[in-house]
Amino acid sequence: MLNVGKIEEGFVLDHIKAGKSMDIYEHLQLGKLDCTVAIIKNARSNKMGKKDILKVECDINQLDLDVLAFIDHNITVNVIKDGEIVDKKDLVLPKMIKNVIRCKNPRCITSIEQELPHIFFLADEEKELYRCKYCEEKG
Amino acid sequence: MKHLMSPLDFSVEELEKLFTLARDIEKNPAKYAHACDGRILATCFYEPSTRTRLSFESAMLRLGGEVLGFSEAASSSAAKGESVSDTIRIISCYSDICAMRHPKEGAPMVAAEKSGIPVINAGDGGHQHPTQTLTDLLTISTLKGHLDNLTIGLCGDLKFGRTVHSLINALVRYPRIRFVFISPEELRVPDYITDALKEKGIPYEEVIRLENVMPSLDLLYMTRVQKERFFNEEDYVRLKDFYILDTAKMELARPDMLVLHPLPRVNEISVEVDADPRAAYFKQAQYGVYVRMALILTLLEISAA
Repeated sequence: MLNVGKIEEGFVLDHIKAGKSMDIYEHLQLGKLDCTVAIIKNARSNKMGKKDILKVECDINQLDLDVLAFIDHNITVNVIKDGEIVDKKDLVLPKMIKNVIRCKNPRCITSIEQELPHIFFLADEEKELYRCKYCEEKG
Repeated sequence: MKHLMSPLDFSVEELEKLFTLARDIEKNPAKYAHACDGRILATCFYEPSTRTRLSFESAMLRLGGEVLGFSEAASSSAAKGESVSDTIRIISCYSDICAMRHPKEGAPMVAAEKSGIPVINAGDGGHQHPTQTLTDLLTISTLKGHLDNLTIGLCGDLKFGRTVHSLINALVRYPRIRFVFISPEELRVPDYITDALKEKGIPYEEVIRLENVMPSLDLLYMTRVQKERFFNEEDYVRLKDFYILDTAKMELARPDMLVLHPLPRVNEISVEVDADPRAAYFKQAQYGVYVRMALILTLLEISAA
């Protein structure tokens, strides 16, 4: 059994669907942060069989985790301070996501305009439906 | 600075002000003949649309302003690969207001984000065509006298027809509106529109045969099956003649039912219907100029009084 030590301050992202941890790493742009990140893949889970876990040692105000709700709202976020879990963060669907998904509508201006960000707005919270800012196509 | 991307950019009250201004322009054209002296409208049309472009140009010329622009992407710097963002920055240096048509959906919004002048969406792909909607609303409110309590039939291409989508979005803001969607299965109104209607509790029905619903309509909005919206020629040929409005069908309609059409028509309304007093589509084109005049004045914040 592989052992990864405790972190002093930061987040533990648990119950990530097995194999998805690198996607989350990319979406949170963890590669750009000067912090310690542990990526645990295919950990045993009673609930899920297999799961991924991300441990991020950083200032807890440094990361915007709202995008996680869009990617997978089953992920649990444990907030760590002084080596202890101090909070379990509820994931809230972000009102807007930028460059997380791409607009698939071939008629959308995002398909040709240089360096135009792919922005989606939350159109229906209940249905978790996002629409492209420019063409209103479903995300 | 205000732009027009969608008919919903204006509140119902702002629309009423716009329509009042448009009706005043109709009655007193001389009062507005020099309202835009020294102002320039740029018509940036990345795809051909003679009718909309000429309507905008006529509107500006009737206000005493001047017009410049291009009428297809090939004759603009887009052919050299220039982005919409760059083009509008340049156009902002040359003119006071811009009407943009683009085959890509959302292109006028990109322009508005970077523009130093008001931008009017003159049609973006299959998405929005707000000035057509303003034209439709002005026509209905002037000829019917009100925009509420109407049963509105929309017929033809309800899937790709942006004029239809824009009109529905605008009309749902008025009380006691009922819709009848008349289309072949392949060209049904998109789910997101019917979902929104359900959510708002606005009654609608979807039918295939026009004849059956004619007697119930206060207004029939005909549309053309547009070749440019199809990727596949076969589908276009199969569906283009699905609905043709003729005098026999008009006999089924109420004596005060109006027929509207965004034009150009191909053959979906027989020429013989033109003589029917209920055929309002040519008047609609005239109202299109008045409402664009009112829009230009409003966005440029010019008062002719």
